[in-house]
Amino acid sequence: MSAKGAGNEGKIETVEEHPLDHILRQDRLPHIWCPGCGLGSAMTCFAQAIERVDIPLKKQVLLSGIGCTGRIAGYVNVDSYHTTHGRAIPFATGLKIANPELCVTVFSGDGDLFAIGGNHFLHAARRNVDINVICVNNFNYGMTGGQQGPTTPVEAKTSTTRYGSFEHPFNLPYLAAAIGAVYVSRWTTLHCRHLEKSMEKALQKKGFTFIEIISPCPTGFGRPNKLGEGLEELRYYREKSVIKNDASWDELELHMRGEEPVVVGDFVDTERPTYLELEEQMLRAKGLMK
Amino acid sequence: MKAVLTGSHFMLGDIACAEGALAAGCKFFGGYPITPATETAERMALRLPQVGGHYIQMEDEIGSLAAVLGASCAGVKSMTATSGPGFSLMQENIGLGIVTETPCVIVNVQRGGPSTGLPTLAGQADMMQAKWGSHGDYEAIAYVPNSCQEMFDFTIKAFNTAEKYRQPVFVMADEIIGHMTERVVIPGPKKIKLVSRKRPKRKKNYLPFKPDKDLIPPMALAGEGYGIHVTGLTHDARGYPVIDEETQHEMVTRLIEKIRRHAPKIWEFEEVMTEDADIVVVSYGAASRSAGRAVNIARKEGIKAGLMRLITVWPFPEKRIKELAESAKAFVVPEINMGQISREVERFASGRVLSVTHAGGGMLSPEAVLQKIKEVAK
Ligand SMILES: Cc1ncc(C[n+]2csc(CCOP(=O)(O)OP(=O)(O)O)c2C)c(N)n1
Ligand code: SF4
Ligand SMILES: [Mg+2]
Repeated sequence: MSAKGAGNEGKIETVEEHPLDHILRQDRLPHIWCPGCGLGSAMTCFAQAIERVDIPLKKQVLLSGIGCTGRIAGYVNVDSYHTTHGRAIPFATGLKIANPELCVTVFSGDGDLFAIGGNHFLHAARRNVDINVICVNNFNYGMTGGQQGPTTPVEAKTSTTRYGSFEHPFNLPYLAAAIGAVYVSRWTTLHCRHLEKSMEKALQKKGFTFIEIISPCPTGFGRPNKLGEGLEELRYYREKSVIKNDASWDELELHMRGEEPVVVGDFVDTERPTYLELEEQMLRAKGLMK
Repeated sequence: MKAVLTGSHFMLGDIACAEGALAAGCKFFGGYPITPATETAERMALRLPQVGGHYIQMEDEIGSLAAVLGASCAGVKSMTATSGPGFSLMQENIGLGIVTETPCVIVNVQRGGPSTGLPTLAGQADMMQAKWGSHGDYEAIAYVPNSCQEMFDFTIKAFNTAEKYRQPVFVMADEIIGHMTERVVIPGPKKIKLVSRKRPKRKKNYLPFKPDKDLIPPMALAGEGYGIHVTGLTHDARGYPVIDEETQHEMVTRLIEKIRRHAPKIWEFEEVMTEDADIVVVSYGAASRSAGRAVNIARKEGIKAGLMRLITVWPFPEKRIKELAESAKAFVVPEINMGQISREVERFASGRVLSVTHAGGGMLSPEAVLQKIKEVAK
């Protein structure tokens, strides 16, 4: 990250440092992601958000499971834990409880968080553990070569649904809201500003927050489903996405084809005592905490 | 309430285990109820809030161990307790704990298996799983208590060893010991030796996985400002993933050597009448109580039998077995499984090794051991 548009003259000037240089691990770049992949944008938004919020970087911890998305933990320059497939949420739960001062975020893929790790997502949200979960939904298992996953839309082609998927996918914001997440939002990687604002909000909010990022995976999903390369998929997002904070849950279903809209927005923003707050309340009442 | 309940108690094995953990400074328990280990979890749920710690009941054993590792990375001594089915579910994250060098204690109060097996009855058939259960090469450390007192003592040892070598350590108890009630003497807190993980001395040039001469790297915690990256992928001294043969060789060799090189300091065993023994009985856990009795009876009947009771089964005290094999005519290995550690004894004993097996569900009898001793004595 060393080239930057210099403004008025329209020349490209090479500068020594990019404003996000210190937030990304320079010695680990370039990243492993494919051209056109949405993960770079998702990570940039996150890097910006963690810097903007009023929480020291040294108190922020980033965790992930396994997958292309899971690699984000290795690129962001905060304490980071790249755990096992699907297990970042329970790992984060232990970490947060052991040191409540930390601002803990799990960044992972749709397969990681909702197939193999689905049960942990349910329980962390139910307990209202004070962690943030950010899911990059690219509608497939990118890392293993584009297989069907729990968010693959009906009819979509993947390497294991050659005749079109005949499973109903999860509606993630609906799921998160139903099990008690205190903040739920969804954006595409095109909605950088909104996404970053949502991330800032989530980072500062107490309780279990959830952000879904709709992201192009040209390699595993875009090409087989005629969404094209990354840029074309972004064009598709621009044409089809609708910001609707008060959308009904049905409207949040994703089809990723034809004229069906991609509804994005901030859907839930509420308060509920967190796991640690309730624990403290109970123990105090029994005289076990001063 | 005190963390250390100094005094003389009449205590259930599982509870003594929990008290040992508290005396060792454990402040986090993540678990999922399972017979015959539930009483440890229940005791921790009662006691941890009294000493400023946290008990969390996770959604399964996979999540339990993940939470325990997370808590340990935040700097808190952490543990879980389970039995066969839960131990099976923990295997993947045991590998994560090994490769990320995250200290913690995993108690397995063994019951009869395979599968759901015998929830309420004893077994010792997870001994090899403790060594080989997670994929890939690694060295395990496992303590095996044979009394309620040892449930207390060895849980402390397990914490100390985990902290010292930065890896998950097992307490491989069994239903008989876990569910038995005996006298347990808890010393004063000052009498209990505690070990804490090595910590980095300065931030500059700190490489999270660069070992000291003893092959153990100092451990930085989450939130201290080191900006560490910790991954289950093969990694270099910086903790960065490197997917190649050389890094794999370096990392795996060090992790294994870290334990093998210190094995003579880690392994522990107890010997009774082995000096002149023709027949050495090697046993551990509940089975070793019957083994001890059989050896005593054999001696009374004029047979030169001795007992080597394993306190650590892993690392396996191979050196001592080799020494004993120089003079012993045969080894007899009673265990409540179909012959697991007997094969390990065979690897290092040149002479005859006979196993006394029991499929699980009860105590292996002293008679069965005695009979085998008499057979080989002929
Ligand atoms: C226990 C286990 N099973 C399977 C795998 C192989 N695997 C690695 S990543 C992955 C899927 C990742 O999909 P997703 O979470 O959607 O992430 P993406 O790559 O799409 O970002 C799978 C199945 C694994 N690492 N561990
Ligand atoms: S496979 Fe898909 S998700 Fe993975 S890096 Fe390539 S484009 Fe991105
Ligand atoms: Mg995916």
